[in-house]
Amino acid sequence: MFDFDAGRYAIFVWPAYAVTGLVLAVLILDTLLRARRWRRAAEAAKTLRPEGDTPQ
Amino acid sequence: MFQALVNPDRFMAFSRWAAPLLGVIALVLAAAGLVLDFQAPPDYQQGYTVHIMFIHVPAAFMSEFVYACLGVASFLSLVFRHALATAAARAAAPLGAGFTLLALITGSLWGRPTWGTWWVWDPRLTSVLVLFLFYIGYMALEAAVEDEAKAARAAAILALVGLINLPIVHYSVVWWNSLHQGSSLLRAGGPAMPAVYLAPLLLMVFAYMAGFGALWLVRIRGEVWRRRAAVLAMRAVA
Repeated sequence: MFDFDAGRYAIFVWPAYAVTGLVLAVLILDTLLRARRWRRAAEAAKTLRPEGDTPQ
Repeated sequence: MFQALVNPDRFMAFSRWAAPLLGVIALVLAAAGLVLDFQAPPDYQQGYTVHIMFIHVPAAFMSEFVYACLGVASFLSLVFRHALATAAARAAAPLGAGFTLLALITGSLWGRPTWGTWWVWDPRLTSVLVLFLFYIGYMALEAAVEDEAKAARAAAILALVGLINLPIVHYSVVWWNSLHQGSSLLRAGGPAMPAVYLAPLLLMVFAYMAGFGALWLVRIRGEVWRRRAAVLAMRAVA
């Protein structure tokens, strides 16, 4: 079954997985937060536009 | 399909369902890859450090793949001045920088027990560091120039210059004497590893690719919204 033993190399293996998890989490969070911020900004700006104005 | 996606409205409609779908595919593939990873036996030479391969090799592959995407998007942005291509290039750079940083750090953590050193000015390691600096340079240039169109053009030129580095990264282990091992995945004659390592490695590579696809689409969507917000705000002021 699963073998989580990394023996004497644990001090290299687990930090590698921890850093990978951390960097991927930062990329995911940054992506989602930016997209949400700009979507809200676009929606807020829509309320300011003149009638019939549809930017591409 | 490409013709359809250059229209921002069509792209937004496509990416609305494609991004979450790719995200789910990435999670399923990564879960399957990790299950097989921690069922694989220790390598006869590298021992348990072989586990680092399943996260290092996909990150290293993605560092080159994302730069190729950045290069193509920059070329389209420069030649056709298409806003969506510019958004795609801007969106790819931070993701590529993240994958390259991961390749450098996990490579260092793999190098210490196998080579006996955290870092060496080896052709492969040095060219990947240069790749990371191209990503950082691209983002810094984009941020430094106030005029957005000029910033996009200058950054696109830098991205195209950086494409020269891609074959150097890939073939550095062939062209020069390198401490880094040769390619064991993308090589003539097929992959040089047993199925017990190849299966989880391929699953992780495809998981990283799907994950990049999902994040890239979401970031491009964010860029489209940002531009729309800016245009609407300017028109409201005018």
